[in-house]
Amino acid sequence: MRDGVPAISAAGLPAPERWIGRGENARWRVIARTAFPFLVLAAIWEIVARLEVFPRRLFPTLEEVASAFVRLTLSGILPHHAFDTLVRLTAGFAIAAIAGVIIGILMGRFRRAEDIFLPLVSIAAPIPGLAYAPLFLLWFGLGNFPAILLVAFVSAFPVIFNTWTGVKAVKEIWVRSAQAMGADNPKLFRHVILPGALPYILTGLRLGLAQAWRVLVGVEMLAAVPWGLGWMIFGAREFLNTDVMLSGIVVIAMIGLALEKLVFEKLENYTVVRWGMMS
Amino acid sequence: MSHIEIRDVSLVYDTPAGQVPGVQGVSLDMRESEFLCLLGPSGCGKSTLLNIVAGFLTPTSGEIRIGGKAVNGHGTDRGVVFQDFAQLFPWRTALGNVAFGLEMKGIPKEERDEIAFNQLKLVKLEKFVKSYPHHLSGGMQQRVAIARALAYNPSVLLMDEPFAALDAMTRDAMQRLLADVWRETRKTIIYVTHNVAEAVYLADRVIVMTPHPGKVKAEVVIDLPRPRDPLSVEFLDCQKQLLAHLGETHQVS
Repeated sequence: MRDGVPAISAAGLPAPERWIGRGENARWRVIARTAFPFLVLAAIWEIVARLEVFPRRLFPTLEEVASAFVRLTLSGILPHHAFDTLVRLTAGFAIAAIAGVIIGILMGRFRRAEDIFLPLVSIAAPIPGLAYAPLFLLWFGLGNFPAILLVAFVSAFPVIFNTWTGVKAVKEIWVRSAQAMGADNPKLFRHVILPGALPYILTGLRLGLAQAWRVLVGVEMLAAVPWGLGWMIFGAREFLNTDVMLSGIVVIAMIGLALEKLVFEKLENYTVVRWGMMS
Repeated sequence: MSHIEIRDVSLVYDTPAGQVPGVQGVSLDMRESEFLCLLGPSGCGKSTLLNIVAGFLTPTSGEIRIGGKAVNGHGTDRGVVFQDFAQLFPWRTALGNVAFGLEMKGIPKEERDEIAFNQLKLVKLEKFVKSYPHHLSGGMQQRVAIARALAYNPSVLLMDEPFAALDAMTRDAMQRLLADVWRETRKTIIYVTHNVAEAVYLADRVIVMTPHPGKVKAEVVIDLPRPRDPLSVEFLDCQKQLLAHLGETHQVS
């Protein structure tokens, strides 16, 4: 009973119990199974490219994309773009995460805050983030500031919504137990409401981050920033550099995957999965 | 002086259908270290009365005093154990759950961990201090909940059908354990149940309640030596007596 390790199923991977206990061999089989759809996609891509369904310039082979990727990486251009994008993402998303969790908790706990914020959030949330972009650029000028602000603004909505739902879903019996044991309001917040709502908060942060990515790459195309993956992809269009565009898309995918696996999955396994609040 | 005084307590629920009396004119006195069972069918107001004593509900009229002090909201002079296994905090280990009340009091970590460990030992869970609740069985979770309610040393323990959701065998074991814990800690306990045998096994005194409105119907002192033998003639006599009180009021129509 004590050594019962919760089954953690990584996104897209089959449940572990299917391969646990069958050793290295089975592990390779899982890797092969995960890689299979990508290999099929790559093969189709290669066939389309080699048959020149589109002009070669517009639809490069994988080899050309890979060499552009290596060239741009070694020259430091791609890392520079990626770094600037990541800085904006981190700054904007950090603001969204902190503000979103605070507003969400207030909405969940206080009727007054709910009455004020809920209608505003409900109306603003479904509007596509990029629709605000021109306004933000007019108000705050070009460059980093409006980009970060827009990312923060847009990605806060899913965080707010999910935190609010999570706080509402905190079991009344936890609150009662804590109060019976002498928890005052600040302690109740920290020791019960926050951990109790954590599964929802993490979901909100995940969705918020996805939102942040979308709007950031978009706004980089508009905000005339000198560096950034969005700008790199957009700029490459002028010269029909599809290999550069695809390299940028690959980097975005890789960063997204790394954030999911190294940040969110770790965080989840350490908290809500370990606590049995999520499997 | 009695430890707990319940003076003419009534509670009226406001519902869309009008005012529904939950508890009506209940008066009780409990001495220190007494084990009292509130027995009755569902809807008889026994849980409502317990929640009033716990301070989760405010009575419409009447007064409750514990140790001479009027009850006004919840307080750490009372520990509460609910029926629901989910009462434990899933994000804390067994030890962390038991230490919660002590942490709220501001007791240093080392000291509270030691107290919590001893409480877990009292309910025979010292091997599971580091386990999270979802790795524990229902019976174990309820034992953690009892240890948790005792850890910050309240003088009164309030229990709302804590073993009702357990299987019969586990329930028997838990009742024996609770009787031991009570003998060692000498807490004043109010225990809500609808199980007649459970009431006879545990209580010094059983209060039989009747529904619509929730009132005290009868009071039966269980004067059997402990540990009690559920198969003895005297035990069965007590059960019959309680069933007779319940039967008069609890006919299914």
